[in-house]
Amino acid sequence: MREFEYVRAGAVAEAVRLVAADRDARFLGGGTNLVDLMRLGVERPGLLVDVSGLPLDQVTETPDGGVYIGAMVRNSDVAAHPLIRERYPALAQAILDGASGQLRNMATTGGNLLQRTRCVYFTDPTKPCNKRQPGSGCSAIEGDHRNLAILGASPHCVATHPSDMAVALAALDARVDVTEPRGGMRTIPLGDLYRPLGDRPDQELTVPEGTLVTGVALPPSPLAARSRYRKVRERASYAFAIGSVAAALDTADGTVRDVRIALGAVASRPWRAHTAERILIGGPATEAAYRSAIDAELAHAQPLRDNAYKVPLVRTIVVRMLEELAG
Amino acid sequence: MTSQRIGVSTVRLVVNDEPHELEVDNRMSLLDLLRERLGATGTKKGCDHGQCGACTVLLGGRRVNSCLILAVAASGASVTTIEGVGDGTELHPLQRAFLEHDGYQCGYCTPGQICSAIAMIEEAAAGWPSAVSADVGAAKVSLDGEEIRERMSGNLCRCGAYVNIVAAIADVAGGRA
Ligand SMILES: Cc1cc2nc3c(=O)[nH]c(=O)nc-3n(C[C@H](O)[C@H](O)[C@H](O)COP(=O)(O)OP(=O)(O)OC[C@H]3O[C@@H](n4cnc5c(N)ncnc54)[C@H](O)[C@@H]3O)c2cc1C
Ligand code: SF4
Ligand code: FES
Ligand code: FES
Repeated sequence: MREFEYVRAGAVAEAVRLVAADRDARFLGGGTNLVDLMRLGVERPGLLVDVSGLPLDQVTETPDGGVYIGAMVRNSDVAAHPLIRERYPALAQAILDGASGQLRNMATTGGNLLQRTRCVYFTDPTKPCNKRQPGSGCSAIEGDHRNLAILGASPHCVATHPSDMAVALAALDARVDVTEPRGGMRTIPLGDLYRPLGDRPDQELTVPEGTLVTGVALPPSPLAARSRYRKVRERASYAFAIGSVAAALDTADGTVRDVRIALGAVASRPWRAHTAERILIGGPATEAAYRSAIDAELAHAQPLRDNAYKVPLVRTIVVRMLEELAG
Repeated sequence: MTSQRIGVSTVRLVVNDEPHELEVDNRMSLLDLLRERLGATGTKKGCDHGQCGACTVLLGGRRVNSCLILAVAASGASVTTIEGVGDGTELHPLQRAFLEHDGYQCGYCTPGQICSAIAMIEEAAAGWPSAVSADVGAAKVSLDGEEIRERMSGNLCRCGAYVNIVAAIADVAGGRA
Protein backbone atom coordinates (compact mmCIF):
# COMPACT_ATOMS: atom_id res chain seq x y z
CA MET A 1 0.00 0.00 0.00
CA ARG A 2 1.25 3.48 -0.87
CA GLU A 3 2.06 5.79 2.06
CA PHE A 4 -0.56 8.44 2.68
CA GLU A 5 -1.39 11.34 4.93
CA TYR A 6 -4.48 11.27 7.12
CA VAL A 7 -6.58 14.26 8.16
CA ARG A 8 -9.77 14.30 10.18
CA ALA A 9 -12.09 16.94 8.74
CA GLY A 10 -13.94 19.14 11.25
CA ALA A 11 -16.34 20.76 8.80
CA VAL A 12 -17.83 20.15 5.35
CA ALA A 13 -16.08 23.17 3.81
CA GLU A 14 -12.71 22.02 5.12
CA ALA A 15 -13.20 18.46 3.85
CA VAL A 16 -14.16 19.63 0.38
CA ARG A 17 -11.32 22.15 0.22
CA LEU A 18 -8.71 19.55 1.21
CA VAL A 19 -9.86 17.04 -1.39
CA ALA A 20 -10.22 19.69 -4.11
CA ALA A 21 -6.63 20.81 -3.54
CA ASP A 22 -5.08 17.36 -4.08
CA ARG A 23 -5.78 15.08 -7.04
CA ASP A 24 -4.65 12.09 -4.99
CA ALA A 25 -6.98 12.75 -2.06
CA ARG A 26 -10.03 10.66 -1.17
CA PHE A 27 -12.83 11.01 1.36
CA LEU A 28 -12.82 8.25 3.99
CA GLY A 29 -16.18 7.17 5.41
CA GLY A 30 -16.38 3.86 7.24
CA GLY A 31 -13.55 2.60 5.05
CA THR A 32 -15.15 -0.80 4.44
CA ASN A 33 -14.77 -0.38 0.68
CA LEU A 34 -11.93 2.14 0.34
CA VAL A 35 -9.49 0.47 2.78
CA ASP A 36 -10.14 -2.86 1.05
CA LEU A 37 -9.45 -1.33 -2.40
CA MET A 38 -6.26 0.28 -1.07
CA ARG A 39 -5.07 -3.07 0.23
CA LEU A 40 -5.79 -4.59 -3.19
CA GLY A 41 -3.82 -1.82 -4.92
CA VAL A 42 -6.89 -0.57 -6.81
CA GLU A 43 -6.94 2.77 -4.97
CA ARG A 44 -3.62 4.51 -4.22
CA PRO A 45 -4.52 7.78 -2.47
CA GLY A 46 -1.84 10.11 -1.11
CA LEU A 47 -4.22 11.74 1.35
CA LEU A 48 -7.26 10.45 3.21
CA VAL A 49 -9.70 13.06 4.46
CA ASP A 50 -11.75 11.32 7.14
CA VAL A 51 -15.30 12.65 6.96
CA SER A 52 -16.91 10.04 9.22
CA GLY A 53 -16.79 12.38 12.23
CA LEU A 54 -18.54 15.31 10.51
CA PRO A 55 -21.70 16.37 12.35
CA LEU A 56 -23.95 14.86 9.65
CA ASP A 57 -24.81 11.89 11.82
CA GLN A 58 -28.53 12.26 12.55
CA VAL A 59 -31.79 10.87 11.19
CA THR A 60 -34.41 13.62 11.55
CA GLU A 61 -38.00 14.29 10.61
CA THR A 62 -38.39 17.09 8.05
CA PRO A 63 -41.13 19.76 8.29
CA ASP A 64 -42.94 18.26 5.25
CA GLY A 65 -43.27 14.91 7.04
CA GLY A 66 -40.34 13.28 5.26
CA VAL A 67 -37.09 12.07 6.80
CA TYR A 68 -33.52 13.32 6.39
CA ILE A 69 -30.51 11.02 6.79
CA GLY A 70 -27.10 12.64 7.35
CA ALA A 71 -24.38 11.19 5.12
CA MET A 72 -22.35 9.93 8.09
CA VAL A 73 -25.14 7.97 9.75
CA ARG A 74 -23.99 4.36 9.93
CA ASN A 75 -26.02 1.83 7.97
CA SER A 76 -27.10 -0.04 11.12
CA ASP A 77 -28.40 3.16 12.71
CA VAL A 78 -30.50 3.95 9.64
CA ALA A 79 -32.00 0.45 9.62
CA ALA A 80 -32.75 0.54 13.36
CA HIS A 81 -34.28 4.02 13.37
CA PRO A 82 -38.00 4.02 14.27
CA LEU A 83 -38.86 6.63 11.59
CA ILE A 84 -37.25 4.51 8.87
CA ARG A 85 -38.79 1.24 10.07
CA GLU A 86 -42.24 2.80 10.28
CA ARG A 87 -42.31 5.00 7.16
CA TYR A 88 -39.79 3.42 4.78
CA PRO A 89 -39.60 -0.30 5.66
CA ALA A 90 -38.05 -1.18 2.25
CA LEU A 91 -35.03 0.91 3.20
CA ALA A 92 -34.58 -0.82 6.56
CA GLN A 93 -34.96 -4.22 4.88
CA ALA A 94 -32.51 -3.40 2.08
CA ILE A 95 -29.82 -2.32 4.53
CA LEU A 96 -30.38 -5.36 6.76
CA ASP A 97 -30.11 -7.60 3.69
CA GLY A 98 -26.62 -6.24 2.96
CA ALA A 99 -23.18 -7.12 4.31
CA SER A 100 -22.96 -8.16 8.01
CA GLY A 101 -23.76 -6.67 11.41
CA GLN A 102 -20.13 -5.63 11.83
CA LEU A 103 -19.88 -3.97 8.40
CA ARG A 104 -23.21 -2.17 8.78
CA ASN A 105 -21.94 -0.69 12.05
CA MET A 106 -19.02 0.85 10.14
CA ALA A 107 -20.50 1.73 6.72
CA THR A 108 -21.81 5.27 6.26
CA THR A 109 -24.78 6.38 4.16
CA GLY A 110 -22.55 8.41 1.82
CA GLY A 111 -19.96 5.65 1.46
CA ASN A 112 -22.63 3.07 0.73
CA LEU A 113 -23.97 5.16 -2.18
CA LEU A 114 -20.48 5.67 -3.60
CA GLN A 115 -19.12 2.15 -3.08
CA ARG A 116 -17.48 0.67 -6.17
CA THR A 117 -18.47 -2.29 -8.30
CA ARG A 118 -17.56 -5.83 -7.17
CA CYS A 119 -16.60 -6.85 -10.73
CA VAL A 120 -13.67 -9.25 -10.14
CA TYR A 121 -11.52 -7.57 -12.80
CA PHE A 122 -12.00 -4.12 -11.30
CA THR A 123 -10.58 -5.42 -8.01
CA ASP A 124 -7.61 -7.17 -9.69
CA PRO A 125 -4.98 -4.64 -10.86
CA THR A 126 -3.29 -7.28 -13.06
CA LYS A 127 -6.33 -7.48 -15.39
CA PRO A 128 -7.53 -5.06 -18.10
CA CYS A 129 -10.49 -2.98 -16.88
CA ASN A 130 -11.79 0.23 -18.44
CA LYS A 131 -13.23 1.39 -15.15
CA ARG A 132 -9.95 1.07 -13.28
CA GLN A 133 -7.69 1.95 -16.19
CA PRO A 134 -9.46 3.80 -19.01
CA GLY A 135 -8.74 2.34 -22.44
CA SER A 136 -7.30 -0.96 -21.19
CA GLY A 137 -10.34 -2.99 -22.24
CA CYS A 138 -13.09 -4.86 -20.42
CA SER A 139 -12.17 -8.36 -19.24
CA ALA A 140 -15.70 -9.16 -18.13
CA ILE A 141 -17.49 -9.09 -21.49
CA GLU A 142 -15.75 -12.33 -22.54
CA GLY A 143 -14.85 -13.43 -19.00
CA ASP A 144 -16.69 -13.81 -15.69
CA HIS A 145 -19.83 -11.71 -15.98
CA ARG A 146 -22.34 -13.97 -14.26
CA ASN A 147 -23.30 -11.21 -11.84
CA LEU A 148 -22.90 -8.22 -14.14
CA ALA A 149 -25.35 -5.97 -15.95
CA ILE A 150 -28.24 -6.88 -18.23
CA LEU A 151 -29.62 -3.34 -18.52
CA GLY A 152 -27.90 -0.12 -19.60
CA ALA A 153 -24.50 -1.75 -20.19
CA SER A 154 -22.09 -0.47 -22.83
CA PRO A 155 -19.46 -2.17 -25.03
CA HIS A 156 -16.90 -0.63 -22.65
CA CYS A 157 -18.18 -1.85 -19.28
CA VAL A 158 -20.91 -4.14 -17.95
CA ALA A 159 -20.43 -3.54 -14.22
CA THR A 160 -23.24 -3.50 -11.67
CA HIS A 161 -23.63 -1.24 -8.66
CA PRO A 162 -23.52 -3.47 -5.59
CA SER A 163 -25.55 -1.46 -3.06
CA ASP A 164 -28.83 -2.79 -1.68
CA MET A 165 -29.57 0.46 0.16
CA ALA A 166 -29.41 2.51 -3.04
CA VAL A 167 -32.09 0.33 -4.68
CA ALA A 168 -34.57 1.09 -1.91
CA LEU A 169 -33.65 4.78 -1.99
CA ALA A 170 -34.26 4.86 -5.76
CA ALA A 171 -37.75 3.39 -5.32
CA LEU A 172 -38.50 5.85 -2.50
CA ASP A 173 -37.69 8.94 -4.64
CA ALA A 174 -34.73 9.92 -2.45
CA ARG A 175 -32.78 13.08 -3.19
CA VAL A 176 -29.09 13.43 -2.44
CA ASP A 177 -27.50 16.59 -1.05
CA VAL A 178 -23.95 17.26 -2.20
CA THR A 179 -21.30 19.94 -1.77
CA GLU A 180 -19.17 20.36 -4.88
CA PRO A 181 -15.41 21.05 -4.91
CA ARG A 182 -15.94 24.80 -5.37
CA GLY A 183 -18.32 24.81 -2.41
CA GLY A 184 -21.62 24.88 -4.33
CA MET A 185 -24.48 22.92 -2.77
CA ARG A 186 -26.95 20.94 -4.88
CA THR A 187 -29.79 18.49 -4.42
CA ILE A 188 -30.00 15.72 -7.01
CA PRO A 189 -32.58 12.95 -7.44
CA LEU A 190 -30.71 9.74 -6.54
CA GLY A 191 -31.31 8.32 -10.01
CA ASP A 192 -29.44 11.26 -11.57
CA LEU A 193 -26.35 10.87 -9.36
CA TYR A 194 -24.98 7.94 -11.38
CA ARG A 195 -23.80 8.53 -14.95
CA PRO A 196 -25.06 6.00 -17.50
CA LEU A 197 -22.33 3.58 -18.64
CA GLY A 198 -20.90 5.14 -21.80
CA ASP A 199 -17.39 5.10 -23.19
CA ARG A 200 -15.85 6.37 -19.92
CA PRO A 201 -16.92 3.89 -17.24
CA ASP A 202 -14.28 5.35 -14.90
CA GLN A 203 -16.44 8.47 -14.66
CA GLU A 204 -19.22 7.10 -12.49
CA LEU A 205 -21.02 10.18 -11.23
CA THR A 206 -22.70 13.22 -12.75
CA VAL A 207 -21.14 15.47 -10.09
CA PRO A 208 -17.49 16.58 -10.36
CA GLU A 209 -14.71 14.55 -8.73
CA GLY A 210 -14.22 15.61 -5.11
CA THR A 211 -17.91 16.20 -4.47
CA LEU A 212 -18.99 15.34 -0.92
CA VAL A 213 -22.32 13.68 -0.26
CA THR A 214 -23.79 15.37 2.81
CA GLY A 215 -27.21 13.76 3.20
CA VAL A 216 -30.20 11.97 1.75
CA ALA A 217 -33.76 13.31 1.86
CA LEU A 218 -36.77 11.00 1.73
CA PRO A 219 -40.00 12.74 0.71
CA PRO A 220 -43.21 11.98 2.60
CA SER A 221 -45.13 9.23 0.84
CA PRO A 222 -48.22 7.30 1.85
CA LEU A 223 -47.05 4.47 -0.44
CA ALA A 224 -43.70 4.12 1.27
CA ALA A 225 -45.07 2.84 4.57
CA ARG A 226 -45.96 -0.40 2.78
CA SER A 227 -42.81 -0.64 0.68
CA ARG A 228 -40.71 -3.82 0.62
CA TYR A 229 -37.32 -5.10 -0.48
CA ARG A 230 -36.56 -8.57 -1.77
CA LYS A 231 -33.05 -9.78 -2.49
CA VAL A 232 -31.86 -12.99 -4.15
CA ARG A 233 -28.33 -14.22 -3.52
CA GLU A 234 -26.29 -17.38 -3.88
CA ARG A 235 -26.30 -18.12 -0.14
CA ALA A 236 -28.83 -17.23 2.54
CA SER A 237 -26.93 -14.31 4.08
CA TYR A 238 -23.79 -12.15 3.84
CA ALA A 239 -23.54 -12.07 0.04
CA PHE A 240 -24.15 -9.52 -2.67
CA ALA A 241 -27.41 -9.64 -4.63
CA ILE A 242 -27.72 -11.45 -7.95
CA GLY A 243 -31.05 -9.69 -8.36
CA SER A 244 -33.23 -7.54 -6.12
CA VAL A 245 -36.34 -5.38 -6.13
CA ALA A 246 -37.67 -2.54 -3.98
CA ALA A 247 -41.31 -1.70 -4.57
CA ALA A 248 -44.40 0.05 -3.25
CA LEU A 249 -47.94 -0.27 -4.56
CA ASP A 250 -51.30 1.40 -4.01
CA THR A 251 -54.39 -0.25 -5.45
CA ALA A 252 -58.12 0.57 -5.23
CA ASP A 253 -61.04 -1.40 -6.69
CA GLY A 254 -58.71 -3.69 -8.59
CA THR A 255 -56.85 -0.80 -10.24
CA VAL A 256 -53.25 0.33 -9.71
CA ARG A 257 -53.36 3.89 -8.40
CA ASP A 258 -49.62 4.32 -7.90
CA VAL A 259 -46.52 2.17 -7.97
CA ARG A 260 -42.73 2.37 -7.49
CA ILE A 261 -40.30 -0.28 -8.67
CA ALA A 262 -36.50 -0.26 -8.55
CA LEU A 263 -34.23 -3.16 -9.51
CA GLY A 264 -30.80 -4.06 -8.10
CA ALA A 265 -27.81 -6.04 -9.44
CA VAL A 266 -28.92 -5.52 -13.05
CA ALA A 267 -27.19 -2.24 -14.02
CA SER A 268 -24.39 0.15 -13.12
CA ARG A 269 -26.87 2.06 -10.95
CA PRO A 270 -30.07 1.23 -9.10
CA TRP A 271 -32.53 0.75 -11.98
CA ARG A 272 -35.83 2.55 -11.54
CA ALA A 273 -38.38 0.67 -13.68
CA HIS A 274 -40.07 3.75 -15.17
CA THR A 275 -41.43 1.85 -18.19
CA ALA A 276 -43.15 -0.75 -16.03
CA GLU A 277 -44.48 1.91 -13.66
CA ARG A 278 -46.03 3.93 -16.52
CA ILE A 279 -47.75 0.85 -17.94
CA LEU A 280 -49.13 -0.20 -14.55
CA ILE A 281 -50.58 3.08 -13.32
CA GLY A 282 -54.31 3.24 -14.04
CA GLY A 283 -54.39 -0.38 -15.25
CA PRO A 284 -55.66 -3.55 -13.62
CA ALA A 285 -53.95 -4.88 -10.48
CA THR A 286 -53.58 -8.41 -11.80
CA GLU A 287 -50.73 -10.88 -12.15
CA ALA A 288 -51.03 -10.72 -15.94
CA ALA A 289 -50.67 -6.93 -15.87
CA TYR A 290 -47.64 -7.10 -13.55
CA ARG A 291 -46.07 -9.66 -15.87
CA SER A 292 -46.52 -7.68 -19.05
CA ALA A 293 -45.32 -4.46 -17.39
CA ILE A 294 -42.06 -6.00 -16.20
CA ASP A 295 -41.66 -7.75 -19.55
CA ALA A 296 -41.83 -4.35 -21.23
CA GLU A 297 -39.15 -3.08 -18.85
CA LEU A 298 -36.94 -6.08 -19.57
CA ALA A 299 -37.53 -5.96 -23.34
CA HIS A 300 -34.37 -3.86 -23.60
CA ALA A 301 -32.28 -6.27 -21.57
CA GLN A 302 -29.07 -7.34 -23.30
CA PRO A 303 -27.85 -10.32 -21.36
CA LEU A 304 -24.34 -11.67 -21.92
CA ARG A 305 -23.32 -15.33 -22.36
CA ASP A 306 -23.64 -16.21 -18.66
CA ASN A 307 -26.10 -13.81 -17.07
CA ALA A 308 -29.33 -14.38 -19.00
CA TYR A 309 -30.71 -16.08 -15.87
CA LYS A 310 -31.25 -12.59 -14.43
CA VAL A 311 -34.11 -11.86 -16.84
CA PRO A 312 -36.52 -14.53 -15.53
CA LEU A 313 -35.17 -14.03 -11.99
CA VAL A 314 -36.08 -10.34 -12.00
CA ARG A 315 -39.42 -11.00 -13.69
CA THR A 316 -40.34 -13.54 -11.02
CA ILE A 317 -39.37 -11.45 -8.00
CA VAL A 318 -41.14 -8.35 -9.33
CA VAL A 319 -44.40 -10.16 -10.10
CA ARG A 320 -44.38 -11.94 -6.71
CA MET A 321 -43.57 -8.73 -4.88
CA LEU A 322 -46.44 -6.81 -6.55
CA GLU A 323 -48.85 -9.65 -5.79
CA GLU A 324 -47.78 -9.60 -2.14
CA LEU A 325 -48.11 -5.83 -1.92
CA ALA A 326 -51.59 -5.94 -3.48
CA GLY A 327 -52.72 -8.86 -1.31
CA MET B 1 -4.19 11.91 16.55
CA THR B 2 -1.70 14.25 14.89
CA SER B 3 0.63 13.86 11.93
CA GLN B 4 4.36 14.44 12.54
CA ARG B 5 5.87 12.97 9.41
CA ILE B 6 4.18 12.02 6.19
CA GLY B 7 2.43 8.74 6.71
CA VAL B 8 2.87 8.52 10.50
CA SER B 9 0.48 9.58 13.27
CA THR B 10 0.20 9.48 17.03
CA VAL B 11 -2.70 7.24 17.94
CA ARG B 12 -4.41 7.23 21.33
CA LEU B 13 -6.54 4.24 22.18
CA VAL B 14 -8.02 2.72 25.28
CA VAL B 15 -7.76 -1.05 24.88
CA ASN B 16 -9.46 -3.23 27.49
CA ASP B 17 -9.56 -0.26 29.87
CA GLU B 18 -5.86 0.50 29.45
CA PRO B 19 -4.80 3.75 27.72
CA HIS B 20 -2.12 3.60 25.01
CA GLU B 21 -0.36 6.24 22.96
CA LEU B 22 1.81 5.18 20.06
CA GLU B 23 3.30 6.28 16.75
CA VAL B 24 1.66 4.38 13.96
CA ASP B 25 2.12 4.10 10.21
CA ASN B 26 -1.14 5.40 8.72
CA ARG B 27 -1.43 2.21 6.67
CA MET B 28 -1.70 0.02 9.77
CA SER B 29 -5.09 -1.54 10.50
CA LEU B 30 -6.55 -1.61 13.98
CA LEU B 31 -6.17 -5.40 13.80
CA ASP B 32 -2.43 -5.22 13.12
CA LEU B 33 -1.98 -2.60 15.82
CA LEU B 34 -3.66 -4.85 18.39
CA ARG B 35 -1.71 -7.94 17.41
CA GLU B 36 1.69 -6.56 16.43
CA ARG B 37 2.10 -3.45 18.54
CA LEU B 38 0.13 -4.35 21.67
CA GLY B 39 0.66 -8.11 21.61
CA ALA B 40 -3.08 -8.72 21.97
CA THR B 41 -3.08 -11.74 19.68
CA GLY B 42 -6.47 -13.07 20.76
CA THR B 43 -8.04 -11.16 17.86
CA LYS B 44 -7.42 -13.17 14.68
CA LYS B 45 -6.75 -12.36 11.05
CA GLY B 46 -8.65 -14.59 8.65
CA CYS B 47 -9.16 -12.79 5.36
CA ASP B 48 -8.09 -9.15 5.95
CA HIS B 49 -10.99 -8.12 3.64
CA GLY B 50 -14.06 -7.89 5.88
CA GLN B 51 -15.31 -11.28 4.75
CA CYS B 52 -14.85 -13.64 7.71
CA GLY B 53 -15.37 -11.86 11.05
CA ALA B 54 -12.32 -13.42 12.78
CA CYS B 55 -11.05 -9.90 13.54
CA THR B 56 -14.26 -8.74 15.26
CA VAL B 57 -13.72 -6.42 18.24
CA LEU B 58 -15.93 -3.94 20.08
CA LEU B 59 -15.22 -0.32 19.15
CA GLY B 60 -17.07 2.01 21.50
CA GLY B 61 -19.16 -1.03 22.41
CA ARG B 62 -20.17 -1.84 18.82
CA ARG B 63 -18.94 -4.86 16.87
CA VAL B 64 -16.71 -4.03 13.91
CA ASN B 65 -14.18 -5.75 11.63
CA SER B 66 -10.82 -4.46 12.88
CA CYS B 67 -9.10 -5.45 9.60
CA LEU B 68 -10.93 -2.72 7.64
CA ILE B 69 -10.44 0.03 10.21
CA LEU B 70 -7.27 2.09 9.98
CA ALA B 71 -5.70 2.41 13.42
CA VAL B 72 -5.31 6.15 12.87
CA ALA B 73 -9.05 6.45 12.14
CA ALA B 74 -9.86 4.71 15.43
CA SER B 75 -7.73 7.11 17.48
CA GLY B 76 -9.60 8.42 20.51
CA ALA B 77 -11.86 5.38 20.76
CA SER B 78 -12.04 2.57 23.27
CA VAL B 79 -11.66 -1.00 22.12
CA THR B 80 -12.60 -4.26 23.79
CA THR B 81 -10.99 -7.45 22.53
CA ILE B 82 -11.48 -11.06 23.60
CA GLU B 83 -8.76 -10.48 26.26
CA GLY B 84 -11.04 -7.86 27.86
CA VAL B 85 -14.50 -9.40 27.79
CA GLY B 86 -14.20 -11.22 31.11
CA ASP B 87 -13.86 -9.31 34.36
CA GLY B 88 -10.32 -10.47 35.10
CA THR B 89 -11.19 -13.46 37.25
CA GLU B 90 -14.45 -14.77 35.81
CA LEU B 91 -15.01 -15.71 32.18
CA HIS B 92 -17.71 -13.84 30.27
CA PRO B 93 -20.96 -15.88 30.21
CA LEU B 94 -20.53 -16.36 26.45
CA GLN B 95 -17.01 -17.73 26.94
CA ARG B 96 -18.41 -20.20 29.45
CA ALA B 97 -21.27 -21.13 27.12
CA PHE B 98 -18.85 -21.80 24.24
CA LEU B 99 -16.92 -24.16 26.57
CA GLU B 100 -20.05 -25.92 27.78
CA HIS B 101 -21.54 -26.35 24.32
CA ASP B 102 -18.28 -27.18 22.52
CA GLY B 103 -18.78 -24.11 20.32
CA TYR B 104 -15.50 -24.54 18.44
CA GLN B 105 -13.08 -27.03 16.96
CA CYS B 106 -9.79 -25.32 16.06
CA GLY B 107 -10.86 -22.17 17.91
CA TYR B 108 -9.56 -19.71 15.32
CA CYS B 109 -12.91 -18.01 14.73
CA THR B 110 -13.93 -18.15 18.42
CA PRO B 111 -12.67 -14.76 19.67
CA GLY B 112 -14.48 -13.06 16.79
CA GLN B 113 -17.60 -15.16 17.35
CA ILE B 114 -17.71 -14.24 21.04
CA CYS B 115 -17.09 -10.50 20.56
CA SER B 116 -19.68 -10.47 17.80
CA ALA B 117 -22.24 -12.35 19.90
CA ILE B 118 -21.79 -10.01 22.87
CA ALA B 119 -22.71 -7.00 20.74
CA MET B 120 -25.36 -8.90 18.79
CA ILE B 121 -27.26 -9.69 22.00
CA GLU B 122 -27.13 -5.98 22.92
CA GLU B 123 -28.42 -5.00 19.46
CA ALA B 124 -31.36 -7.36 19.81
CA ALA B 125 -32.08 -6.07 23.32
CA ALA B 126 -32.22 -2.55 21.86
CA GLY B 127 -34.87 -3.78 19.42
CA TRP B 128 -32.77 -3.74 16.24
CA PRO B 129 -34.51 -5.79 13.55
CA SER B 130 -32.69 -8.21 11.23
CA ALA B 131 -33.16 -9.46 7.67
CA VAL B 132 -35.24 -12.40 8.94
CA SER B 133 -37.48 -10.40 11.29
CA ALA B 134 -41.05 -10.83 10.00
CA ASP B 135 -41.86 -7.19 10.77
CA VAL B 136 -39.05 -4.61 10.74
CA GLY B 137 -41.31 -2.32 12.75
CA ALA B 138 -41.76 -4.73 15.70
CA ALA B 139 -40.51 -3.29 18.99
CA LYS B 140 -39.32 -6.60 20.45
CA VAL B 141 -36.92 -9.19 19.08
CA SER B 142 -36.85 -12.77 20.23
CA LEU B 143 -33.51 -14.42 19.47
CA ASP B 144 -34.56 -17.79 18.09
CA GLY B 145 -32.18 -19.98 16.07
CA GLU B 146 -33.04 -18.33 12.78
CA GLU B 147 -32.44 -14.83 14.17
CA ILE B 148 -29.14 -15.88 15.74
CA ARG B 149 -27.90 -17.46 12.50
CA GLU B 150 -28.78 -14.38 10.44
CA ARG B 151 -27.33 -11.90 12.92
CA MET B 152 -24.12 -13.93 13.23
CA SER B 153 -23.69 -14.42 9.47
CA GLY B 154 -20.70 -12.07 9.46
CA ASN B 155 -18.71 -14.67 11.43
CA LEU B 156 -17.59 -17.65 9.40
CA CYS B 157 -16.32 -20.88 10.95
CA ARG B 158 -14.34 -22.99 8.54
CA CYS B 159 -14.55 -25.96 10.96
CA GLY B 160 -18.31 -25.76 10.66
CA ALA B 161 -19.00 -25.66 14.40
CA TYR B 162 -22.11 -23.61 13.69
CA VAL B 163 -24.63 -25.88 15.40
CA ASN B 164 -22.86 -25.62 18.75
CA ILE B 165 -22.05 -21.94 18.29
CA VAL B 166 -25.75 -21.19 17.86
CA ALA B 167 -26.58 -23.34 20.90
CA ALA B 168 -24.03 -21.51 23.04
CA ILE B 169 -25.35 -18.10 22.02
CA ALA B 170 -28.98 -19.18 22.43
CA ASP B 171 -28.17 -20.30 25.96
CA VAL B 172 -26.88 -16.85 26.96
CA ALA B 173 -29.42 -14.88 24.88
CA GLY B 174 -32.29 -16.95 26.35
CA GLY B 175 -31.08 -16.17 29.85
CA ARG B 176 -31.43 -12.48 29.12
CA ALA B 177 -34.72 -12.41 27.26
C1 LIG C 1 -17.51 -8.61 2.83
C2 LIG C 1 -18.42 -7.50 2.39
C3 LIG C 1 -19.74 -7.77 2.07
C4 LIG C 1 -20.60 -6.75 1.66
N1 LIG C 1 -21.88 -7.06 1.32
C5 LIG C 1 -22.71 -6.07 0.90
C6 LIG C 1 -24.04 -6.34 0.50
O1 LIG C 1 -24.50 -7.49 0.53
N2 LIG C 1 -24.83 -5.31 0.10
C7 LIG C 1 -24.35 -4.03 0.05
O2 LIG C 1 -25.11 -3.14 -0.32
N3 LIG C 1 -23.10 -3.74 0.41
C8 LIG C 1 -22.27 -4.73 0.83
N4 LIG C 1 -20.99 -4.43 1.17
C9 LIG C 1 -20.47 -3.08 0.89
C10 LIG C 1 -20.66 -2.11 2.00
O3 LIG C 1 -22.05 -1.82 2.13
C11 LIG C 1 -19.89 -0.86 1.60
O4 LIG C 1 -18.52 -1.19 1.65
C12 LIG C 1 -20.17 0.30 2.50
O5 LIG C 1 -21.53 0.66 2.45
C13 LIG C 1 -19.32 1.50 2.12
O6 LIG C 1 -19.48 2.53 3.09
P1 LIG C 1 -18.23 3.17 3.83
O7 LIG C 1 -18.70 4.30 4.65
O8 LIG C 1 -17.44 2.12 4.53
O9 LIG C 1 -17.43 3.70 2.56
P2 LIG C 1 -15.87 3.97 2.34
O10 LIG C 1 -15.17 2.70 2.11
O11 LIG C 1 -15.35 4.88 3.38
O12 LIG C 1 -15.95 4.79 0.97
C14 LIG C 1 -16.43 4.23 -0.26
C15 LIG C 1 -16.21 5.25 -1.38
O13 LIG C 1 -17.04 6.39 -1.20
C16 LIG C 1 -16.28 7.57 -1.02
N5 LIG C 1 -16.97 8.32 0.03
C17 LIG C 1 -17.21 7.91 1.30
N6 LIG C 1 -18.01 8.80 1.93
C18 LIG C 1 -18.29 9.78 1.04
C19 LIG C 1 -19.08 10.96 1.08
N7 LIG C 1 -19.76 11.33 2.17
N8 LIG C 1 -19.13 11.74 -0.03
C20 LIG C 1 -18.45 11.40 -1.15
N9 LIG C 1 -17.69 10.28 -1.25
C21 LIG C 1 -17.63 9.48 -0.18
C22 LIG C 1 -14.88 7.12 -0.68
O14 LIG C 1 -13.90 8.04 -1.13
C23 LIG C 1 -14.79 5.80 -1.44
O15 LIG C 1 -14.47 6.02 -2.77
C24 LIG C 1 -20.12 -5.43 1.61
C25 LIG C 1 -18.80 -5.14 1.96
C26 LIG C 1 -17.95 -6.15 2.35
C27 LIG C 1 -16.54 -5.82 2.73
S1 SF4 D 1 -17.26 -4.71 -16.46
FE1 SF4 D 1 -16.46 -2.66 -16.05
S2 SF4 D 1 -15.47 -2.95 -14.07
FE2 SF4 D 1 -15.66 -5.03 -14.95
S3 SF4 D 1 -13.81 -5.40 -16.20
FE3 SF4 D 1 -15.30 -4.49 -17.57
S4 SF4 D 1 -14.74 -2.31 -17.47
FE4 SF4 D 1 -13.87 -3.23 -15.65
S1 FES E 1 -9.90 -10.70 9.05
FE1 FES E 1 -11.33 -9.10 9.22
S2 FES E 1 -13.12 -9.95 8.42
FE2 FES E 1 -11.64 -11.51 7.98
S1 FES F 1 -13.63 -23.44 15.24
FE1 FES F 1 -12.24 -23.59 13.57
S2 FES F 1 -12.84 -21.90 12.37
FE2 FES F 1 -14.41 -21.97 13.81
